[in-house]
Amino acid sequence: MTTLTRSDTTTRGERAWVRPLKAILSYGILFLLAAMFIYPFLLAISTSFKTMPEIALHPSRLIPETFTLEGYRRLFTFDVGRWTFNSALVATAITLGNLLFASLAGYALARIPFPGSRTAFLAILGTMMIPGIVLIIPMFIVLKTLGMINSYSGLIVPKLTAAFGIFLMKQFFESVPKELEEAARIDGATAFQTFFRVVLPTARPALVALIIFSFQGAWNDFMHPLIVVTTAKDLWTLPLGLALLRGGMGQNLLWNSLLAGSMLTTLPMAIIFFIFQRYFIEGISYSGIKG
Amino acid sequence: MAAMSGIKGEDRERAIAGWAFMSPTLIIFAIFIIIPIFFAVYISLTDWNGISPPSDAAFIGFKNYRALLFQNGIRQTDFFKALKNTTYFALGVVPAQTIIALLLAVVVNQAWLRFKGFFRTTYYFPSITSSIAISLMFLFFYQRGGLINQVLSVITFGRWESVAWMADPRGLFHIMLEAVGITIRTAPDWVQAKVLGLTVWDWISGPSVALMAIMFMNTWTTVGTMMVIFLAALQGVPGYVYEAAQIDGASAWRQFRSITVPLLRPTLFFVITLGLIGTYQVFDQIYVMSSGGPAKTTLTVAYLVYRNGFTNSDMGLAAAIAILLFIIIFTLTMIQRRITGSEGDL
Repeated sequence: MTTLTRSDTTTRGERAWVRPLKAILSYGILFLLAAMFIYPFLLAISTSFKTMPEIALHPSRLIPETFTLEGYRRLFTFDVGRWTFNSALVATAITLGNLLFASLAGYALARIPFPGSRTAFLAILGTMMIPGIVLIIPMFIVLKTLGMINSYSGLIVPKLTAAFGIFLMKQFFESVPKELEEAARIDGATAFQTFFRVVLPTARPALVALIIFSFQGAWNDFMHPLIVVTTAKDLWTLPLGLALLRGGMGQNLLWNSLLAGSMLTTLPMAIIFFIFQRYFIEGISYSGIKG
Repeated sequence: MAAMSGIKGEDRERAIAGWAFMSPTLIIFAIFIIIPIFFAVYISLTDWNGISPPSDAAFIGFKNYRALLFQNGIRQTDFFKALKNTTYFALGVVPAQTIIALLLAVVVNQAWLRFKGFFRTTYYFPSITSSIAISLMFLFFYQRGGLINQVLSVITFGRWESVAWMADPRGLFHIMLEAVGITIRTAPDWVQAKVLGLTVWDWISGPSVALMAIMFMNTWTTVGTMMVIFLAALQGVPGYVYEAAQIDGASAWRQFRSITVPLLRPTLFFVITLGLIGTYQVFDQIYVMSSGGPAKTTLTVAYLVYRNGFTNSDMGLAAAIAILLFIIIFTLTMIQRRITGSEGDL
């Protein structure tokens, strides 16, 4: 029968009727909640394919009466193609940066006992304590001073490394056995060679988690683009473009287009999520959260 | 610590490698986070408008802080209004998401449960979605004829009266007081007394209907993340602990209270801290859904920072609010640490 796994919380000596009751109750609640999480997305998808008059008449009907691409077509007249391109470009650049810089820093903190490593560690930890909203004003000042407002570099460079990724990589490298590196050192490899040829290839699961979280963060980010490129239409990202589009519509909200935009923003993340689910969950357990 | 050899050359090589590996990160953090923080403190002591060069701004000492904290006027009123709204927001969302996430994690973690992957995936999905996309979706659902009102109508068998969620500034506690016959007119005079820019009556309003709508959405979005964090921790609790408790005849509730909760204490600390830091910064949702309205009842501190700095061109004041917010979040985390009595992992 069922084997008792590590966190099995069922009782062997339970009365016969308790278990089915518990099961019905658990499944009932869990499926009801699942519906609460899925249904809004389904309704949003369906609404993005409805006509505006139908939306006004039956805002909550799941199956569109007349199926139309009107919402999507109108959305593309607002330059959503450009926003998508910008989002993809910026998120990719940021992800690559994190892949390199966060794993370098994480490795140094985990494996190289260099003088001042404690200070560096505390400095990075400190940046994690500073709430993002507190940084928007100083970030704006620095980017303005450096002439990086309204530029791709302003969107990308400040985000090329992040404390979260560094800790994720540090945690991972601490769990890797040292023998490999020591063998490489004995063969006369430099620290850089050891890192790129020996250590990094073993870090695949952590790197996948890092890619996912960096990409997700950058793709969904709203506040940073809002501060940096609001006045440069050509540089808007998807979330920024959508938010400003909604703002521009005032009271007359064209829901099929707005929800079409929301679904376009969600789709790439959904695909990545369903392919790499395992890494999302693992990534969270890597990131220094111990029970 | 793990120095195995004391050879000088190797030490130097390590120092070079270590700092070389760290340098891209340290340079970026120095330029875009560490130095700017000091900048921000300086700007908060000036009247910089965000447009002219920062060096042209006049140094005005603590004037911005005084206007926010002590001087009667719109700036003080707005600041404390925003602080009040944000605090109601946090007091609602943090306990709700923590408790729901913990219960979900415990239920989903049961060994006999099937479709575990499905439940985990479903609950976690909103967490990876853009806050702007979610906000637009819920803005649609919160219309008078929208999904939320319809669902409420169905589960109350048609007795529910449609609410224009995002347009309703009435506070929860005001609504409750009114139900027992207490309104601003029948309340004693002292509720009109002004404390820190707001009347007592205003302070005790509770979250407005519009704010509660955003709070519900926020809980809906973040509960999955918190659940996954709890799950990761639960998987580290050895099964024999529960077996021993069962042999001693402990009920499921007793096991939850005496084993699960104490063992998850550090995680609990972590989740509450994350929740506090997150809720005290709520911004994206406000920007898209309400712009602080109706009647400023969804004005949050983060949104006030943005509005002052970028809409009203008062960067000095905005920087001062941001720094006050930093102090508030820091203090709350420390108090919370005391209460949970945990070292945590932060």
